[in-house]
Amino acid sequence: MSDRLAPAANAPSGTVTANSRRRLGPALVMVLRVVLCLVFGLPLVFMIVSSLKPDTQIFADLESWAAFLPVGEVSLDNYTGLMDRVPFMTFMVNSIFISVATVVLGLLVNSMAAFALSRIEFTGQKVILGVVLATLIVPFETMALPLLWWVNTIPYFDGSQGWLDTYAVQIIPFIANAFSIYLFYQYFDSIPKELDEAATVDGAGWFRIYRSIVMPLSGPAVATVAILTFLPAWNSYLWPLMVVQTESLRPVMVGIDYFKQATGASGTAWGQIMAYATMITVPVLALFVAFQRAFINSIASSGVKG
Amino acid sequence: MSTVEAATHPAPPVVRAHSHKRNRRSTSVAVAMLVPAAVLMITFLIIPIFLTFGLAFTNARLISPVPARFVGFDNFVRLFTNDTFWKSLLNTIVFTIVIVPVQSGLALGLAILVNAKVRGTNFFRTVYFLPVVTSMVVVSMLWLFMYQPDGLINVLLAKVGITGPDWLGDPKTALFAIIVLSIWQAVGFHMVIWLSGLQTIPAELYEAASIDGAGRWQQFVHVTWPGLRQTSIFILITITIAAFSLFTQVNIMTQGGPLDSTSTLVYMAVFTGFQQQQTGYAAAISLVFFALVLTVSLIQRYLTRDKGATR
Repeated sequence: MSDRLAPAANAPSGTVTANSRRRLGPALVMVLRVVLCLVFGLPLVFMIVSSLKPDTQIFADLESWAAFLPVGEVSLDNYTGLMDRVPFMTFMVNSIFISVATVVLGLLVNSMAAFALSRIEFTGQKVILGVVLATLIVPFETMALPLLWWVNTIPYFDGSQGWLDTYAVQIIPFIANAFSIYLFYQYFDSIPKELDEAATVDGAGWFRIYRSIVMPLSGPAVATVAILTFLPAWNSYLWPLMVVQTESLRPVMVGIDYFKQATGASGTAWGQIMAYATMITVPVLALFVAFQRAFINSIASSGVKG
Repeated sequence: MSTVEAATHPAPPVVRAHSHKRNRRSTSVAVAMLVPAAVLMITFLIIPIFLTFGLAFTNARLISPVPARFVGFDNFVRLFTNDTFWKSLLNTIVFTIVIVPVQSGLALGLAILVNAKVRGTNFFRTVYFLPVVTSMVVVSMLWLFMYQPDGLINVLLAKVGITGPDWLGDPKTALFAIIVLSIWQAVGFHMVIWLSGLQTIPAELYEAASIDGAGRWQQFVHVTWPGLRQTSIFILITITIAAFSLFTQVNIMTQGGPLDSTSTLVYMAVFTGFQQQQTGYAAAISLVFFALVLTVSLIQRYLTRDKGATR
């Protein structure tokens, strides 16, 4: 998918530049870009900078540019202080485990399903694909409450009733994903089917073709699905809020609620909240900056065919 | 394909027998590969969708010793006579009606702005995209802080002589305040999608248009916009569904208040179905929500298809 987007990237832009230069003037365009850069970037800078300051100083600094600069009484006190309030490391480990498990299992299950739909001929194929695509317009929020009732009703693996308060309930419902199947399906369709024929002549079965031919050629699709699965898994909030009561099983996003409850007469501990927000955001921002091209391409390819 | 056909032609009977055997084996392999996804999707997607319809007509509770009982349209009667429901529905619709044009328009503007290949483009695109990879939970907390009566936003407004309101504490401004941060968070996502649409438009079209003497605006109307048709349909649908699903911001920043001025359908469904454990009632709300999403998707699909056919 990245290969498809990359070559076209340079094509029309030259003309657009020439035009913007003629009509708007490069200076105006640059001013606009910088202003927007401040609009999108400064709140995040403010978050990180505030996490390093005591609350009194955060509010005092609002009057000047100091609000966006790590000046004055800078320390890691907020970071050490919040550890008493929230079991941060537990939440972090939970979030990493849940996200990684969802991504890995999702890649496996969805790519296999897409492989069967795209490359093996069998009756009912079109119907199954149609059903998968039809579910795309159902937002998770529509069925979140019935699903909550459902996972509380069905038996767990050990025979006891209900899945609440487990890792499984945070992972398993999100493994199979219609959109991931669709993205894999599209990509697999672009890989020549002659390869399968050749492999069959050499005695390879379908599983072998999947594992040794199609998947190794599908790097961009794997990256796209991995990113589009990881982000919602890491960010998930509504679902764990409802299904997990045991503290030791909670993910990072739900941890934010600890600070809301702590709002008392002494006021909210904003510095600590910003420190917590920074710690659960910076790993993802770092991943994004490191794999920027893959991130952007995965979002872009999600919209190419609509 | 042609080489394969050529190769199979000389000996048709053998191949037929072979392919017949292969087809049957293929089907069983296909089934084996589909089973994990199928079982999971049926259990955690298809059944819950049908459950929404079923539970909406019962008095099911999340945790209850007595089994659920069929209650007909009771939940809906209760819902339609509840003021909070109508406010939530209105808020959800207002939020969507504002978000859809403003966010998609701004995203297109940003895309055009960063489509030019000049120095620093990559940097600006990255910065505009940063809020997208920041979770809505964090964004809500950050803006809750900035929206405080003595917070960053009011201090900045005071510098230009405006006395800012208590953004989230005033029913008149609370929904607007949530709209602003929602756009701030998500606009970069749709910028990238517009951008990929822009990059599929061949440069020759722009060259031809400028040879014909088309100005920048005319080029946009006659080349860019028609070229973005597919992209715009996708963007319209995704923004609409995301806007209807508004929950996280409300839950973290206002809990639906003040005076229900920021309550939404999903927020109300979670409040009744989770906090108050009234699953049946929450399913009724979910069903209304589902009907809304379905109606709008169908209308959008119909409208966009119609235009495409006449052109």
